[in-house]
Amino acid sequence: MEQYFDILIAFFLVVAGLFGFVGSFGLIKLNDQMSRLHAPTKATTLGVGGVLIASILHSAVSEHHLSLHELLITLFLFLTAPITANFIAKVHVHRHQTPETLPPAGEDSTWATFMTEDKDDES
Amino acid sequence: MKLLARIFPHPHLTILLTVVWLLMVNKFSLNSLVFGLFLGIVIPFLTRPYWPDRPQLLSWPRVVEYVLVVLWDIVVANFIVARIVLFKPNAKRSPGWVCVPIELRAPEAITVLAGTITMTPGTLTADLSDEGHCLLIHCLDAPDPAAIRDEIKQRYERRLKEIFE
Repeated sequence: MEQYFDILIAFFLVVAGLFGFVGSFGLIKLNDQMSRLHAPTKATTLGVGGVLIASILHSAVSEHHLSLHELLITLFLFLTAPITANFIAKVHVHRHQTPETLPPAGEDSTWATFMTEDKDDES
Repeated sequence: MKLLARIFPHPHLTILLTVVWLLMVNKFSLNSLVFGLFLGIVIPFLTRPYWPDRPQLLSWPRVVEYVLVVLWDIVVANFIVARIVLFKPNAKRSPGWVCVPIELRAPEAITVLAGTITMTPGTLTADLSDEGHCLLIHCLDAPDPAAIRDEIKQRYERRLKEIFE
C-alpha cells in the first residue's frame, strides 16, 4: 500500500519540478518584458502546489500525522503572487510605456500610473 | 445582539484568524485553539476603525463556487502557459494590451477580480484607469482581444457582481 503512495508522491514531485522548470525557462525564452512576467506568475503556482500536495501526502502516509501547514503556503501564495506581478507590471508601464503605446482607458482619461499631480487638482 | 456585534465586529475574520493560527501551529491542542480565538477576537476589534464600510458578502455558496472555478482555471492556466512557453515560437505569439471596462465598484471586488485575472490563463493585470472604470490587462497570446475581454466579464465579473453587489 505504502508503495502506491510513494509513487503518487513521486508523481506530484515530478509534476512540480516540470512546472517549476517551465516557469524559469519562460523567463529566458519569452522575448519581451511583460510576457516574461507571465511564466513565473502562473507556471510556478502548480509547481509549488505539487510540492505542497506531495508534502501533505508524505506526512500523512509515512509519518502518520496530519500536516496542513501547506494549505497556508498556498493561501499566502495566492495572495502575494498577483500583487507582486502587479507591482512589476506597474514599474514596466511607468518606465517603458507612454499613454500613446497603451490602449485608451475607456471612459476615463488615462491609466492610474500616468496620473499627474495637476490632474488631481483639476478634478 | 448589539453587545455580540461589538465584541465580534467581524465574525468571519474571527473564524479565519483562528483557523490560520491553528494551521500555523500545525498541531491541534486546546492551548492553540484558545490563543487562536484570542487573536481572532482581538485583531478584528483593534483594526475595526480601518474598515469603516466593508462590503457585505451576499451569498456564501457563490463564494465557494467562485473559488472552485478559479482553482480549476489556475490549473488549466498552468498547462496553457506551459504549452505556450515550451512549444510556441516567439514570432507566432501575439502579446498585447487589452482594456477591460469593469462594472464592479467595490474596491475589494476589483482587487479580487484583478488578482483572479493575474492567476488565470495568459492574462495579467497591469493597471487601473484613473477613476477605476477600466482594467489594463496584458495578454501573453491574444489573437482575439475581444474574446478575452468577454470571457473575463462573463466568467469572473458576473460571479463577483453576484457576490459583492
